[in-house]
Order: sequence, then C-alpha cells, then structure tokens
Amino acid sequence: MTKLDRNDRLVRLGLLMIALSAISVLAIITIFIFEQGTPIMFKYGFRSFFLGRDWYPSEKSFGLLPMIVGSLMVTFGALIIGVPLGLASAIFLTEFSHRRLSRILKPVIELLAGIPSVVYGFIGLMFLVPFIRERFGGPGLSVLAASIILGIMILPTVISISIDAIRAVPDSYREGSIALGATRWQTVRLVVLPAARSGIIAGIILGMGRAIGETMAVIMVAGNAADIPGSILAPVRTLTSNIALEMAYASGEHREALFATGVILFIIIMILNTMANVTSARQKKK
Amino acid sequence: METMEAKRRRETMSAGWPSASATRMTATLLFILLSVIIFFPSCRQGRSGHNLVVAGSTSVQPFADKWAEVFMEKRPDMIVDVQGGGSSAGIQAVKTGAAHIGMSSRELKEDEMDLFQIEVAHDGLAIIVHPDNPLDNLTIDQVKSIFVGEITTWETLNGQKKPITVVVREEGSGTRGAFQELVMGKSRITKKAIVQDSNGTVREIVSRDPQAIGFISLGLVNDRVKALALNGVAPCEEAILKKEYKLVRPFLFLTKEAPTGLAKEFIDFVLSPEIQELVHKEGLIPVKKEQGSKL
Repeated sequence: MTKLDRNDRLVRLGLLMIALSAISVLAIITIFIFEQGTPIMFKYGFRSFFLGRDWYPSEKSFGLLPMIVGSLMVTFGALIIGVPLGLASAIFLTEFSHRRLSRILKPVIELLAGIPSVVYGFIGLMFLVPFIRERFGGPGLSVLAASIILGIMILPTVISISIDAIRAVPDSYREGSIALGATRWQTVRLVVLPAARSGIIAGIILGMGRAIGETMAVIMVAGNAADIPGSILAPVRTLTSNIALEMAYASGEHREALFATGVILFIIIMILNTMANVTSARQKKK
Repeated sequence: METMEAKRRRETMSAGWPSASATRMTATLLFILLSVIIFFPSCRQGRSGHNLVVAGSTSVQPFADKWAEVFMEKRPDMIVDVQGGGSSAGIQAVKTGAAHIGMSSRELKEDEMDLFQIEVAHDGLAIIVHPDNPLDNLTIDQVKSIFVGEITTWETLNGQKKPITVVVREEGSGTRGAFQELVMGKSRITKKAIVQDSNGTVREIVSRDPQAIGFISLGLVNDRVKALALNGVAPCEEAILKKEYKLVRPFLFLTKEAPTGLAKEFIDFVLSPEIQELVHKEGLIPVKKEQGSKL
C-alpha cells in the first residue's frame, strides 16, 4: 500500500513538473515580450504608438494606429462574413437536417480547421484577389479579400461551438414551444437561440481570436500597406502582419517596436479571452 | 473475485514505476530540447580554426551560400557557415567578431568605414511593370514621384486612366534600402503602397496586376514582368558597367582588418574567374578583376 502511494506521488510530481514547465514557458514568453516591447513605448510615449499614423521605423516614427485599425477592421469583416454563415450552418445541422446528413457534414466542416492557413492565403491570392481586382477595382489585395478569407477560416470554430451550445438546449424547451403551436423556425428563433445565446457568443469570440491572430493568410491577401484603409477595397496591414513582415531585417529600435506591436496584440487578445471566459462562465451559472 | 481484480489492478499500477520515471525523463528531455532551441543561436560563434562564419545581407546570402558550397567542395576540411540577418546585422557581427566576414548590400555609412571592404559583385535594381503595360521608359524623377505618391494614375505616363498600384518591399529590407537611397533620397515612400516581404512576391504581384509597378533585384527579372529603362538607359550589363544605369548597388564582403588566413582564402576564391563567372550566370554583375587584385 505504502509503495503504491509513493508511486502515485511520483507520477503526480512528474505531471506537475510537466504542467509547470508548460506554464512557465508561457510566463517566460509574456515577460520577454513586455521586457522587450515596453521600454521603447516609454521612450517615445504611449500616445505616439497608439495614435501615431506614420509607420516609418527607419525614421523613428512608430505609429501603430493603422495596424490597430487594420486588425479591428479585418476581424470585424471576418465576423460579418463568418458569423451569419456559421450560425446558419449550425442551426441547419442541429435543427433541420437529417441526423445522417449532419453526421457526414460536421466532420467535413471540422476538416476545414485542419487546412493550413498558407493554403487559404494561396487560394485567396490566386483566385479571390484577381476576382476582386477585376470586378470591383483597386489592387485586389484588400480589406475585403482578407475579411472573406478570415471569414471562411473562422467557420469551423463558430460552427462547432454553436452546435454544442444549441445541442445543450434541453429538448423539453422545443417540445413545449411546438406544443404551444409555434413552427420549427419560430421555435429556433424565439426559444432555442436565446437559450443557447451565451454559448454562441463564446464561439463567436473564439472565432474573433482566431481572426485577429491569423498572420500568414492575411499577409498574402491584404496588401500590407501601413495606412488606415479608406475603403474595403484598399490594402490593409494588421498587427500580426506587421511583426511577421518586418522581423527578418529589423534591428535595434525597429525590432523593439515590433515587440511593442506584440505587446498591443497581447493586450487585445487578453481582452478578447477574458470576454469569452466571462460569457461562458455566465452560461454555466444558468 | 473482486479482491483478485483489485490486486491485479494494483500490480499494473505499481508497474507504473518505470512509467513515472519515463514521464520525468520526457520532461527532462523536453526541458533540454527547449533550452537548446532557446540558447542554440547564441552558442554558434564559430570560432574554431576551420570554421568560417559569413553573415549579413539577405540579398547576398543566397549567392554566398552557393559560393560557399563550391568552396567547400574544393576544401572539404573547411566549414563555411553562411547566415542572414541583414546588412546592418552583418556589419555589427564583423565589428563584434561574431562573424569573420560580413556581407552588406549597401554602401557603408561613415561610422562603419573602419571596416575593410571588398566588392564581390554588383546588383542592379529593376523597376518592373506588367508586360502588357505599353510604357518602356521613365525618368528617375518620374519613378520618384510615383513612389512618393504624387503621380497616382497612369494617365500622364501611358495614357491609361487607371490608378497605379505601387508595390514595395518592407521596412528594413536591403532592396528597399537600396531603392530608398538610389531613388527616393530623403523622401518617404507612400503609405498607400502595397508591401511584400520578398523579391519573389513583388514580382508575382506585378506580373498579375496590369496597373502595378514595383522594384526587384535585377538578377530576378524574368519574362513575366517588364523591366523599364531609366532616363533612356535599359538595365543591361553594359550600361551598368559603364555606370550609365543608375540603380546599382554593391555586394560587399567586410572584414575587421585586412583579410588573412581562411577569410582571405574564401574572398580570393569568390573573386576568382570561376566564381565571378557563376556570379554572372546568376544575374549579378561581376566585379572587374583589378578590384580583386587590390588585396
């Protein structure tokens, strides 16, 4: 008996060490980003980083506002495209489709999540960008192209989390609604969706996190001009693109400014994650 | 029966002893792996006798890689380690002694002049447009106005009432640095310009967009894009050697002092007719032999 306990304790210790090393890596990354990124923000002032419109690092001008606006625009655009599509698919798969059909379709949708982002970017560059250029004008590399690609990329997240939320609504709700004379659609709209709301919102926020963090596909289709886009057909640069584009040659303060970009991105993603946690916690309370 | 079952279970669990140490071993291995990944670059100083570290401009790097490969075939006892990092990083690396030879694709600044520099090749910048663009020639001032963002449509240039798509490289790249220095001077490149992080993607975008204009290394021009003449001078090798075509930058090898030993051997090798011919084949412009003999 005592030997067993010792073994148990050893296993627990081993697992604890692994868990701690994973967490400490995360902590080290956080400390490192802030340690590298904040000094330059203090030196030139937070205002110039958050509100500056000119990004010319070789001339010591580090305005990140175009990239902050760019990230938000592209993410918002992705939500406009991804959320209605995703929600509609989730409603169809849970409430209207044949069980057998949804058993085939759901894994297919989840497969979408497994496609590497560079492939999405490549397809966007080859087909979507020329299409936008020829149909709508502009260079094609644009807010619109990035939003469409990201909208497709967040679909699996939005769909699978919404499906879970909708399935979690007890059948008695639906039965009650139908017994009162409501149609299938009325039931979905007035009973099921409100009941599954916070789960769906959590899915949307996770999709938003994916969209704001995506880099490769966005670099390929967004055009990356460091300017606040005047229209959805203008090129745009996101915070993540800013880091990935310029890290190869950056040195000195330019490099620190890229870390500062990372700090801002970190803060934005922290806010999003907290929002997701709060909404899912609220759902659990219900 | 149940006690037997419980006993068996206990046995399998105590057989978990090795698996506990296995987890710890995995943890240790992971830890070692992580520390190797994190600290490896800083260990690579390459200070041993038969090891030559060449670092710097990523424009020079792919060519230097090839030269090093040919060199190592001849001298199997040598290891030439070619690293990127950019011109500025290469200059810094030579100064600190982290690299034996630095590579730069721009002229040295005044405070860097204490280094010993050897020109190993020249690289031209080409201003490229879509092959369907009727334009063949621009003045350097026109190019500047386009990239500053003063000329925004093709109308005054080739008659087409279409907006110009300006494509540039990202801040910090040697090609952009060369363009900034050779064409823009103190003026800023327009913020509206599309930014790409390699010569290849700039060429790809220009080859697909009939309204686009961009700049890439002369050696990388192919028939999917059209290289424009500047001030009436086409970017051919003859014009470059005569210094008529203006957008040319040097590829420099840098050493702290006059090169000796292995570094000298490698530099001499790069300046030899064999490698200079290779330079030529790869689309760069070879240096004249006299320059090599300055050593």
